[in-house]
Amino acid sequence: MSTPSNRTLNAVELQVNGVAYPVAIETSRNLSGVLRDEVGLTGTKEGCDDCECGACMVLLDGQPINSCSYLAVQAQGREITTIEGLADGDDLHPLQRNILAMGGVQCGFCTPGMLMSATALLERNPTPTEDEIKIGLSGNLCRCTGYAKILDSVAATAVEIS
Amino acid sequence: MTLTIATSLDDILAGLAQGARPIAGGTDLVVGSRQGKGSLPDTLIAIDRVAELNTIDVGADATRIGSGVTHARLMTDTTVVEQFTSIADASALVGSPATRNVGTLGGNVMNGSPAMDTGAPLVVLGAKAELASTSGTRTIGLDELWTGPGQTSANEDELCVALVIPNRPTASGSAYVRLEYRRAMEIAIVGAAASVEFDGDAIGAVNVALTAVAPTILEVTGLNGIVGSALDDATLAQVAEIASEQAAPISDLRASDKYRRHTIGVMARRAVDAAARRAAGEQIAVPVNRALGVGAVQ
Ligand SMILES: Cc1cc2nc3c(=O)[nH]c(=O)nc-3n(C[C@H](O)[C@H](O)[C@H](O)COP(=O)(O)OP(=O)(O)OC[C@H]3O[C@@H](n4cnc5c(N)ncnc54)[C@H](O)[C@@H]3O)c2cc1C
Ligand code: FES
Ligand code: FES
Repeated sequence: MSTPSNRTLNAVELQVNGVAYPVAIETSRNLSGVLRDEVGLTGTKEGCDDCECGACMVLLDGQPINSCSYLAVQAQGREITTIEGLADGDDLHPLQRNILAMGGVQCGFCTPGMLMSATALLERNPTPTEDEIKIGLSGNLCRCTGYAKILDSVAATAVEIS
Repeated sequence: MTLTIATSLDDILAGLAQGARPIAGGTDLVVGSRQGKGSLPDTLIAIDRVAELNTIDVGADATRIGSGVTHARLMTDTTVVEQFTSIADASALVGSPATRNVGTLGGNVMNGSPAMDTGAPLVVLGAKAELASTSGTRTIGLDELWTGPGQTSANEDELCVALVIPNRPTASGSAYVRLEYRRAMEIAIVGAAASVEFDGDAIGAVNVALTAVAPTILEVTGLNGIVGSALDDATLAQVAEIASEQAAPISDLRASDKYRRHTIGVMARRAVDAAARRAAGEQIAVPVNRALGVGAVQ
């Protein structure tokens, strides 16, 4: 049951893709919801809302987290990267370019989360094996593609950037 | 509801003394609340930025692993991988990279699930939990800490600061193996950790503990009979039989009690085998599940 104190708003500043966003939010709000509804960046998706699917994956200080199940207030003072932070202006990130070119996007719902996991993976390990790519993306479900083209596009990007 | 981000251990202990609940990675606490298992506590204190909780200190007799150390670090840290390998085996299996980035050892231990993956390794390594509050610090055995599913004997105002593990003798090794239906985002169907120490060619000491076959992590007793034996098929068969006998599993959505009782023996035997091979100097990469292709259906 929500008591009035549950609705107390916290003035919080979130650092998203290098920009500071002041927001006023309840403590119980999840990061994905705040990114979408308060910050206005709707690239981050919510699939399951309880840490099963990875559609909500964003980077916190460069490492992937499930933003649906992370309290937004706990992200204060850390750098958040969302899918909107990958492209450089109109220039798509190589991962974005390759997943489009290689047919790794169908409905597209899983794509932002996939690419955030892949970004963190290639940052950590620029020359991953096929198995390491699978482990890197193991928190992301796709119901359309059958994964092969997604894995291929990450492998192609690794070759391209290394 | 409020959340305070603590910057020191004193901050945390003062907060807990006033009734706040700790949150580390939130991968049990927040996820549980979203799945409707319980509502979030009214007052939270975030403990993930306190440096004292994020250290791994190798002492003369024991190593202190801070409760805030994440699974991602445990699975790659040189001390953990070389000395306390079964913990690295377990942490490498937790969830996905995202779960391991923020999920912590302290959260795993204090959440008290009988399916926690680091629990059985900690037991076979003889770990103790260091608990602190504004009234002082105490160190207790894990058998004393875990009292039931999701329950610990820690007082509400106590923080788990570290897990303290005796340094390892020479010619010893440990391993953790779990049965899983898929390779990621899985909870143990059952799991087994083992520690083996050789005395020449014979087993000098052996410890086995089991995941998800009892209300808490279960330490197997009565293995003295195999001390002094060579590590052969007959010995491993005995381990499997004893583990299956002592397991007290339940049936649920994930597996029947009968299936759990059988497979826990298989996991126990594989864990002892892998631990012994490591004790003999063989390099088996972390996690054993992947290196030996055991546990998960490939
Ligand atoms: C998708 C997914 C997959 C998972 N897979 C696995 C798995 O394979 N194996 C497994 O074992 N677990 C798994 N888990 C559970 C969870 O990730 C782990 O238990 C993790 O270690 C919890 O750590 P945390 O820091 O996130 O804990 P939190 O959620 O922050 O805390 C858990 C509980 O412990 C308390 N607490 C936390 N730190 C302390 C402390 N230092 N002192 C006292 N109390 C404390 C909190 O108040 C809370 O009650 C999974 C979870 C998810 C969401
Ligand atoms: S929406 Fe976060 S994991 Fe599915
Ligand atoms: S493209 Fe539809 S879920 Fe992946």
